[in-house]
Amino acid sequence: KVLGLEARALTPQTAETDAIRFLVGTQSLKYDNQIHIIDFDDENNIINKNVLLHQAGEIWHISASPADKGVLATCYSRTSDSKVLTCAAVWRMPKELESGSHESPDDSSSTAQTLELLCHLDNTAHGNMACVVWEPMGDGKKIISLADNHILLWDLQESSSQAVLASSASLEGKGQLRFTSGRWSPHHNCTQVATASDTTLRGWDTRSMSQIYCIENAHGQLVRDLDFNPNKQYYLASCGDDCKVKFWDTRNVTEPVKTLEEHSHWVWNVRYNHSHDQLVLTGSSDSRVILSNMVSISSEPFGHLVDDDDISDQEDHRSEEKSKEPLQDNVIATYEEHEDSVYAVDWSSADPWLFASLSYDGRLVINRVPRALKYHILL
Amino acid sequence: MDPGSASSPPPSQPHARGAMAAAATAGSSPGSGPGDSPEGPEAEAPERRRKAHGMLKLYYGLSEGEAAGHPAGPDPLDPTDLNGAHFDPEVYLDKLRRECPLAQLMDSETDMVRQIRALDSDMQTLVYENYNKFISATDTIRKMKNDFRKMEDEMDRLATNMAVITDFSARISATLQDRHERITKLAGVHALLRKLQFLFELPSRLTKCVELGAYGQAVRYQGRAQAVLQQYQHLPSFRAIQDDCQVITARLAQQLRQRFREGGSGAPEQAECVELLLALGEPAEELCEEFLAHARGRLEEELRSLEAELGPSPPAPDVLEFTDHGGSGFVGGLCQVAAAYQELFAAQGPAGAEKLATFARELGSRYFALVERRLAQEQGGGDNSLLVRALDRFHRRLRAPGALLAAAGLADAATEIVERVARERLGHHLQGLRAAFLGCLTDVRQALAAPRVAGKEGPGLAELLANVASSILSHIKASLAAVHLFTAKEVSFSNKPYFRGEFCSQGVREGLIVGFIRSMCQTAQSFCDSPGEKGGATPPALLLLLSRLCLDYETATISYVLTLTDEQFLVQDQSPVTPVSTLCAEARETARRLLTHYVKVQGLVISQMLRKSVETRDWLSTLEPRNVRAVMKRVVEDTTAIDVQVGLLYEEGVRKAQSSDSSKRTFSVYSSSRQQGRYAPSYTPSAPMDTNLLSNIQKLFSERIDVFSPVEFNKVSVLTGIIKISLKTLLECVRLRTFGRFGLQQVQVDCHFLQLYLWRFVADEELVHLLLDEVVASAALRCPDPVPMEPSVVEVICERG
Repeated sequence: KVLGLEARALTPQTAETDAIRFLVGTQSLKYDNQIHIIDFDDENNIINKNVLLHQAGEIWHISASPADKGVLATCYSRTSDSKVLTCAAVWRMPKELESGSHESPDDSSSTAQTLELLCHLDNTAHGNMACVVWEPMGDGKKIISLADNHILLWDLQESSSQAVLASSASLEGKGQLRFTSGRWSPHHNCTQVATASDTTLRGWDTRSMSQIYCIENAHGQLVRDLDFNPNKQYYLASCGDDCKVKFWDTRNVTEPVKTLEEHSHWVWNVRYNHSHDQLVLTGSSDSRVILSNMVSISSEPFGHLVDDDDISDQEDHRSEEKSKEPLQDNVIATYEEHEDSVYAVDWSSADPWLFASLSYDGRLVINRVPRALKYHILL
Repeated sequence: MDPGSASSPPPSQPHARGAMAAAATAGSSPGSGPGDSPEGPEAEAPERRRKAHGMLKLYYGLSEGEAAGHPAGPDPLDPTDLNGAHFDPEVYLDKLRRECPLAQLMDSETDMVRQIRALDSDMQTLVYENYNKFISATDTIRKMKNDFRKMEDEMDRLATNMAVITDFSARISATLQDRHERITKLAGVHALLRKLQFLFELPSRLTKCVELGAYGQAVRYQGRAQAVLQQYQHLPSFRAIQDDCQVITARLAQQLRQRFREGGSGAPEQAECVELLLALGEPAEELCEEFLAHARGRLEEELRSLEAELGPSPPAPDVLEFTDHGGSGFVGGLCQVAAAYQELFAAQGPAGAEKLATFARELGSRYFALVERRLAQEQGGGDNSLLVRALDRFHRRLRAPGALLAAAGLADAATEIVERVARERLGHHLQGLRAAFLGCLTDVRQALAAPRVAGKEGPGLAELLANVASSILSHIKASLAAVHLFTAKEVSFSNKPYFRGEFCSQGVREGLIVGFIRSMCQTAQSFCDSPGEKGGATPPALLLLLSRLCLDYETATISYVLTLTDEQFLVQDQSPVTPVSTLCAEARETARRLLTHYVKVQGLVISQMLRKSVETRDWLSTLEPRNVRAVMKRVVEDTTAIDVQVGLLYEEGVRKAQSSDSSKRTFSVYSSSRQQGRYAPSYTPSAPMDTNLLSNIQKLFSERIDVFSPVEFNKVSVLTGIIKISLKTLLECVRLRTFGRFGLQQVQVDCHFLQLYLWRFVADEELVHLLLDEVVASAALRCPDPVPMEPSVVEVICERG
């Protein structure tokens, strides 16, 4: 799928659990930027596209609200007076597009609809926005945004029409410290956020906005992205310019649990599968997407567990399933469809066996987990 | 004498013998033989007689002629046999007349007549010839008869004389009988008196002996008297003597024990004492204990002196001296004790031997402990030959008692100690080698740090490499030589199985050499892993040097060193050893990783430079480019420096052929025009797809670039890797920025400059073109107002800069 414009930003429509839908933000200086709503019809293998105009500027980062299908947040840059400023805003898409495209795709190119601005995350005092993350389990009222060396927690009020800066913290240190990426942990009642800046990973408590852990020199070079294991509360994956993907236990910050070195250039994105955390997706500027099976450090090291939540049960299962040979960590597949650097990958929120990857040349590729592996995990 | 009678009794000899043989075998004779005898053994005698007859017959010239003349009739009973015993002339004549024709009768008649005549004449000659002999024989016999009569008389006289003599003799002996008895009795009394005298004198003699200290003598006396006294102790006088004796003996024993206990005397004297005491019938058990106790005292003295030598603070005497002392003092003493013990208490049987063995084991273990402590002190030292000699002596000395009391297992324990020491030695050498290697690395670091300060950029890399290689090799050789001492022929323990087999193969080859090479590889690899993360704690030149070193090891040194080891240690053990190829592969892997890491580190240095330069600049509001940015010049300079550095150690490597004939100028024009072509369509906003399409199509035809790909062992490959990493970084950074018109032009200028200087370093210049084109194209995309600079202007600026 070619969008026709450079693009970096990709997100699944998080609140949508039935249809497979991705949101892609384009990045172009010369034309009006757009948000493409990509629908994938799993049964017929058809992709539908709806385009929303995003006239504010080129989109660097996009994220969808976990509570409201129609709400999303973007980080965009605006050029004004020979200055580039990256801002963030929360938008609402037109109602009829919220739950999929019912109109013919031909129309979208001619009559692109416009997003409705809900509120602006005011960052004049804080600098360039790097990314915006929603509270993963909440009601879509809380947003964290990273701006230069500040971490800002916003409260959305009055049906998201107003954003109030609830609290903030900032990174102090020599040199120009700048956050590159951040994720909100789904564990601990959503009170933890992890951020990446330069070569360091940091964990924050959103209640006190104070640092709770810090992994210095997590990567040899810049850390590009990170993600939390959705099922194991202390586990966290990170990737960076040293071509490595590292898995951390935040209780022991001196050593990575595991290191993958499959890519041959910077790894821009790492994502855990939402339900089967042994599946880890990475995208890199060597224009490859790699799907890895990290069974040994997943929550299901001995195959599928009947009851994922019950950790004490795990002991019993372990003894029961001892006969099952522990699976080996391995690379499941390397996808080389992209011709340019892949800057974003993500799993579908509706179908856990489906993922999309986006490369700079605007190509979006949707892939499935290999059927054999899927059955292996399920059965 | 008619021929018939003469010939009849003795039949022809062979015939008779055959008959006899038949008779003998048959058991009962048919009575045909003249001297028939029924029994086998007696058959011999008649046969001999018959032989004699034969002789006589020969003498009378009879048998031969007759035997030849007669037909050999086998049947002796045949009456027709002319020579047979039962010859019947009537039957014979009858038979002749009946059977023979006339002519034959005539013939036999004449024959017969002739034979009779011949016999007659023979007879006559015989008679004449023997007559004289008969006469003389008769004379002789008569004379003999006379002589015998005379002799008989004389014999009679002799007999009477003898009778007289016998008579006399009997009388004399009767007379002497009485005296003889008395003399015998007297002699007996005398002997008894002598014995008694000895007994009576015994106490005084014993006393004297004891006084004089001639204990041996005393004990011998006592031994002699003991039995008698025992026997006659019911007599009061003897009893007294015995009592006296016992008192004296007790005193004697007392004194002996005293001497024994004093222990001042040496082992042989003690042994003597014990021997005497044993002879005195002291209980062997107790003596045995006491003897061992004394021996222990003495040996412990030795051990104490050894321990004193070992003493913590004063510098111990050298280990050779120590083992010598130990060997002569303790081991010698132990030998003596053991020998004496076995001699004295042989009667004790296995229990006694066991006692000795425990004794020896106990003391031996203490001795070993001391020796081990001493040897442990020696571990740190470097002089192997001294140690080996000391061990040799130690081991050799212990072989003697080892043979003497095998049960104590001293020799085994000694061998064990030697083996342990050898093993520790190996470990020590391995440590030494590692330390040497690390020392080399430190030297190299310093050497690398020093010239950089002085401003000379790494002139001595090749020499440094050579230095490191040779110094490591010499260290290895020295270690091998030192360890080799353990297996030298003249060393007594070198033929132990451990030293012949395991020591060589497992210890030296695997433990020392292979272990060292492995640890070297690991040390080298560790430079790739941890410190590199924190940003080049290791100087890149060191990585390069190590990589080359490992490569050299892979190609030559490993096989050389292992061959050397195998030759020196003649490995006989068949236990599996690490093959050369495995080690080589390891070394090659290490070299490859080091080189790859080198590329990464150097690439990182350059790309950091580029990234900072892109990120920190405000590209929207730059002025029109007048110059190539200093950063780019710096990049080219650094690349050149790296090129020189790598060139010192690695070969050039292959380039793609096209680079050789493409001159700078044509290349730059070509690339500039191509750049123009590529972003020309982006002027027209109506055709947004073109740019992408164009670049996508172009990408379809160009190969994917693996940025962090493994490198080969040559200069070009290394440089290509570094440049790839740098340019890719530049590309990614450019994509994150937004450019103004002049910003784009500046990028254009910079890229052109890089193109001018970087193509010559890489294997495939097309690669540089591609990456730089993409950088410029990306910059154009990120520029809201893309107005490229005239290629000619770009060239002018670049040439000026």
